[in-house]
Amino acid sequence: MLARRIIPCLDVADGRVVKGVHFEELRDAGDPVEQAARYDREGADELVFLDIAASYELRSTTLAMVSRVAERLFIPFTVGGGIRSVADAGAALRAGADKVAVNTAAVRDPDLVSRLADAYGTQCVVVAVDVRRQAGRYAVMVTGGREATPLEAIDWIRELENRGAGEILLTSMDRDGTRSGYDLELTRTAADAVDIPIIASGGAGSFAHLADAFEAGAHGVLAASIFHLDQQTIAAARAFLRERGVPVRP
Amino acid sequence: MIAVVDYGVNNLASVVRALAAAGHPATLTADPDVVRHADRVVLPGVGNYGRAAITLRVTGLGDAVREVAAAGKPLLGICLGQQLFFTGSEEAPGAAGLGLLPGRVVRFTTGLHVPHVGWSEVTPTPAGRSHGLTGPVLGDAGAYFYHVHSFHPADVPDECVLGTADYDGPFATIVGRDSIVGTQFHPEKSQDAGIGLMRRFAEWTP
Repeated sequence: MLARRIIPCLDVADGRVVKGVHFEELRDAGDPVEQAARYDREGADELVFLDIAASYELRSTTLAMVSRVAERLFIPFTVGGGIRSVADAGAALRAGADKVAVNTAAVRDPDLVSRLADAYGTQCVVVAVDVRRQAGRYAVMVTGGREATPLEAIDWIRELENRGAGEILLTSMDRDGTRSGYDLELTRTAADAVDIPIIASGGAGSFAHLADAFEAGAHGVLAASIFHLDQQTIAAARAFLRERGVPVRP
Repeated sequence: MIAVVDYGVNNLASVVRALAAAGHPATLTADPDVVRHADRVVLPGVGNYGRAAITLRVTGLGDAVREVAAAGKPLLGICLGQQLFFTGSEEAPGAAGLGLLPGRVVRFTTGLHVPHVGWSEVTPTPAGRSHGLTGPVLGDAGAYFYHVHSFHPADVPDECVLGTADYDGPFATIVGRDSIVGTQFHPEKSQDAGIGLMRRFAEWTP
């Protein structure tokens, strides 16, 4: 059986890991290379690196940082932030990424998802979907959560699966940084709608929240605050989850 | 000297890094003579079977790898590199692999999502338990390794299957014969378990 995944996320801005609330009020949470090495050592199942300051371009400074992070990792590594083309994705993969995450660019140009899947395989293509509850629907947000789109999240996720997305990184903006738990209804609805893995993101404040997301159907959980700020270890999370009956690696 | 064969596929640097982390620096090379004279050889790979098979043939690297195997020197294939040890694959009918192991490579037939991506538990077979490389790495209980693949070995004789994983049914994920071992998973992305396997390969006397 596939083990469920614990995935620390490094949101990076100007060369530093940052953590905000509802995508704002960013505070410093350390050096990306040191954080990555720590998570690898502790037994994270994967690592996600998002350049959150780069919605419009993949910058050479980001690629340099990605290479330095990749050198310290012996686990799968996803890179996102500013990837708008097959060429951008290729540059990130050459810098040491195993998968690329796209978000705004996929909304603007949905065929990009298909082109990435054709070029590098579906296993390389992660689509990040940022969701905000608006008037009883799940609205897809872009440009780092600043801009609403007409897209409804569950329809969008179904389309992404058909276009060749390998997995969905599903973030609840309403919960981001609040530490009040994942949006379980959103997670469950998405997991029921598609066969590809859903990675739950936004709101983890305790190990119990991780277990809740797995029980709602998530294949992986993204977490930042509980690992960056609380200095909780991955091993402790794993032990807790095993106790709750979640199939995680020993 | 450990040679990591560079035949234009992805994921080479991480293999070299994992060997270094295991305490065994390796040389990345596209030169068949360097491969031929290495003490141990790793054939990594992520990519398309047909293109890789052609590249191995036209560069002479395929012949060099065959000589390494014939000389009884340790040879490790990873993912596509492992699949190339067989004679062919459903991914590229007509493309000739290296023919070092009996069996073939087939696409998953399952209702589950393909590719199979993630950490799956690898269980040793009786042959794998007593094997010099996989025995100490897997122990009796097995270990988790990171898989990313749509194709896998099939019709491999029992004595050549060293470890299996399960994805809607068991499949061979470690195969081998004599001085040859191949893994369907990526040890270079499998943290301590993977680095342990790389170390054991570097120190293994078949």
